[in-house]
Amino acid sequence: MSTAELLADDPLWLSLVKVVGIFAFLVVMTLFMINWERKVVARMQQRPGPNRVGPNGWLQSLADGLKLAFKEDIRPVLADKWVFFLAPVISCIPAFVAFSVIPLGGEVSIFGERTALQLVDLPVGVLVVLACSSLGVYGIVLSGWASGSPYPLLGALRSAAQVISYEIAMGLSIVAVVMHSHSLSTADIVDAQSSGWYFYLLPVSFLIYVTSMVGETNRAPFDLPEAESELVGGFHTEYSSLKFALFFLAEYVNMVTVSALATTLFLGGWRFPFVGDDHILNSGWFGLLWFVVKTLAFLFLFIWLRGTLPRLRYDQFMRLGWKFLVPIALVWFVAVAFARYLRQEFESGSGLDTGTALIVIGAFLVAVLLIAFLLPDKREPHDPDAVPITGGGYPVPPLDLKVPKAPPRRQVQVAELPTAGNQTQEPAAVTAASQKEASDGRV
Amino acid sequence: MIASLLAQQPDAVERVVDTVTTGEAVAFWILGPLALAGALGMLFARNAVHSALWLVLTMLSIGVLYMVQQAPFLGFVQIIVYTGAIMMLFLFVLMLVGRDSSDSVVEVLRGQRLAAAVIGVGFAGIVVGSVARALTDVEPVGLAAQNTQNGGNVANIGEALFTDYLFPFELTSALLITAAVGAMVLAFTSRTGQDAKKTQKQLVEERFRGNRPGSLPGPGVFATANSVATPALLPDGSVASESLSELIETTARETLEDDVAEVSGTGHQPDAHALKGESS
Repeated sequence: MSTAELLADDPLWLSLVKVVGIFAFLVVMTLFMINWERKVVARMQQRPGPNRVGPNGWLQSLADGLKLAFKEDIRPVLADKWVFFLAPVISCIPAFVAFSVIPLGGEVSIFGERTALQLVDLPVGVLVVLACSSLGVYGIVLSGWASGSPYPLLGALRSAAQVISYEIAMGLSIVAVVMHSHSLSTADIVDAQSSGWYFYLLPVSFLIYVTSMVGETNRAPFDLPEAESELVGGFHTEYSSLKFALFFLAEYVNMVTVSALATTLFLGGWRFPFVGDDHILNSGWFGLLWFVVKTLAFLFLFIWLRGTLPRLRYDQFMRLGWKFLVPIALVWFVAVAFARYLRQEFESGSGLDTGTALIVIGAFLVAVLLIAFLLPDKREPHDPDAVPITGGGYPVPPLDLKVPKAPPRRQVQVAELPTAGNQTQEPAAVTAASQKEASDGRV
Repeated sequence: MIASLLAQQPDAVERVVDTVTTGEAVAFWILGPLALAGALGMLFARNAVHSALWLVLTMLSIGVLYMVQQAPFLGFVQIIVYTGAIMMLFLFVLMLVGRDSSDSVVEVLRGQRLAAAVIGVGFAGIVVGSVARALTDVEPVGLAAQNTQNGGNVANIGEALFTDYLFPFELTSALLITAAVGAMVLAFTSRTGQDAKKTQKQLVEERFRGNRPGSLPGPGVFATANSVATPALLPDGSVASESLSELIETTARETLEDDVAEVSGTGHQPDAHALKGESS
C-alpha cells in the first residue's frame, strides 16, 4: 500500500493530531536550534556560550522568547500600517505549511489507526516546498518596503534578488532527483532511495542543493538581506516584540524545512542505511529517529558554516548563483538524462551496445578537449609602465619610489634629563618654543 | 481541507463527472469571492504595492482552485511562477521606483485609449465566447482518468508537453528567450570604449600617474567655523584653492546667507531650551 493510499483514509482527528504534532515539532526545533547554534558557535570561538538559564543554559531561548513577547511593539510613523502587520505573518505561515509534505517516518499505528508519519502526500510534494519558499519571500520583501526606512528596503531588495536566483539553482538541482525517482511525491522519493541514497548517486545535485538551501534561508555566509555590519538588521530593522519573534521563528523553521527536504531528497529520508526495508530498524517509529538525526546533521552544517565563513560580497554572491550553480545544474541534469537514456537502451538491448556508447562518449570528450586546447589563452596585457600594485588590488606606493632627501634639520637645543652618569647642568634659559619642540623628540 | 481533498484522489476514479462534491463547493465559494475581491482591490487600491498584493491574492486563489479541480501540478506551478517569480519582479520594480512616486498621467502613445478599449472589448468577447462554448457544447470528461492512469497527473502533463504540444512549447520558450535577450540588449552598457566605466584598478593607476596621489585637502571646518564653505589655509595664511568645493563656489551668495550669518556669529543662535520642545 502506498503512502498516499495509507494517508487517504486518515480520520479527521488523526490529521489534527499530526498538524499539532508538526507545529510542536517545528517550534521545539526552533527553540532548540537557537540554543544549540549559540552553544556550538561559542564552542568554536572558545567561549562558554549561554549557561545561566535552566540546566546548562538550555532554557535560554525560552527565556528570550518570553522577553520578546513582553517587549513594546513599535510601529514607525512612516510604516504602512497593514502591510507592516501582514509581513511577519506571511513569512511565518508558508514556513510551517511547507513541512506538511515531509515524510517524517514510515508506516506506524497511532491509537490503533494504521497511517504514515506524514500529514499529506501530494503527487507534486516537492513543488509544495518550492511554492512555500517563494511565498515566504513576500514576508521579507513586504516587511522591508512597509518599514518605510532605507536599510530594510535595501535588505528587501537584496533578498528578493537572492531568493529568486537561488530558487532557480535549487529547482534545477531537484530535477535530477525527480528523474531518478520518477515522481515529485516526497514519499515516493524516499521509497526510491531504498536501493541507494541520492547524495552519492547524484553528488552534483546534492552539492548544488546544499549551497542554494543556505542562500534560500538567508543564512551566513549568504545572509546579505540582514547583514548586521551593513544594514543594521536588514529587513527586520524596524520590527520589535512579537512581530520580530515571528520573523525569527520563520527563519529557523525555514532552516528546519530545507534541512528536512535535503534529508528527504538526498539522505534517504527516514530510512536507516545498510539494512533492508523489512529490518526492525526501518520499521515503525524508528524512522522518525533517523529522520531527526539526519535533519540535525544538516542543521549542524548551517551552524558550522556560520561559525566558519565570512559573508560574501553581493556581486560575488550573485556570480556564484548565476555563473556557477545554474550552468552546472543545467549541464548536470542533461548529463543525467543522457546517462539514463543509455541505461535504458542497454537494458532493452536494442541497437546500442557498449562499444558504440563508449565511442560516442569518447568522441564527445575529444571534441571538448580540442575546443579547450584551441581556445586562445586569455592573458593580461602587460604594461611596462604600470604602477605596481599588489595582487590583492590594494594600492601601494610605487616600488621604485625615490624618497626625497630630508632637508637638513635645524639643530635644536635639547634639554638633557639629569642622569646618574651625566650631571651637566643645562642652561636655564630655554625658550618656551624650544621646550615644546624638545619634548616632541626626546621624551 | 484542500490537502485532504487532494489526498483522496485515488478514490476519485469512480466519481461521477458532472456532480460537485461538498468540499469542492465550499472551496469554490470561499476562493471565488476572494479572487474577485483581489481583482477589484487591484483596480481600486491607490498604492501600487497594495495593488500588487491584491493581485497576489487573486493568483493564489486561482492556484488553489486549480488544485481543488484535480490539477495539483498546474496549481503549484501557478503559485511558483506567477506569485513567486512574476509578482515578485513587479514588487521589485515598484520598490526600486520608490514608495512615494506617483504615476505619470501624460500619455505618450497616440490613440492609446482607443486601442485599449477596442482590444479590451475584443478580449472580453473571446473570453465570454470560449467560456460559453465550454459550458454548452463541450462534454466534460473529468481528470480522474488522467490523474490515476499512466503515471498520474505530472507524468501525463509531461508526456503531452513533449509529444503533442512540443512545437507550441518550444515557440513559447523562444518568445521568452527573445524577450530576455531584448531586455539585455536594451540594458547593455559597453565595458570597453569611450563611455566605459573605469575599474577600481584603472582609477588607482590614474591617480598614481597624476600629480596628486593623495586626497584633496579638506575644508577648514572646525578651525574657525563649522561650515564646509570655509576654505583651508596654507601655512602662510593664504587660501588653499584645492580645498574649495566647486559646488559651493558656484552657488549664488544669497542662498548661503544663513550659513554666512552662522559662521560670522550674527545669525540665529539655538536656544538653550530648544531641546525641551518648548517655545520660550
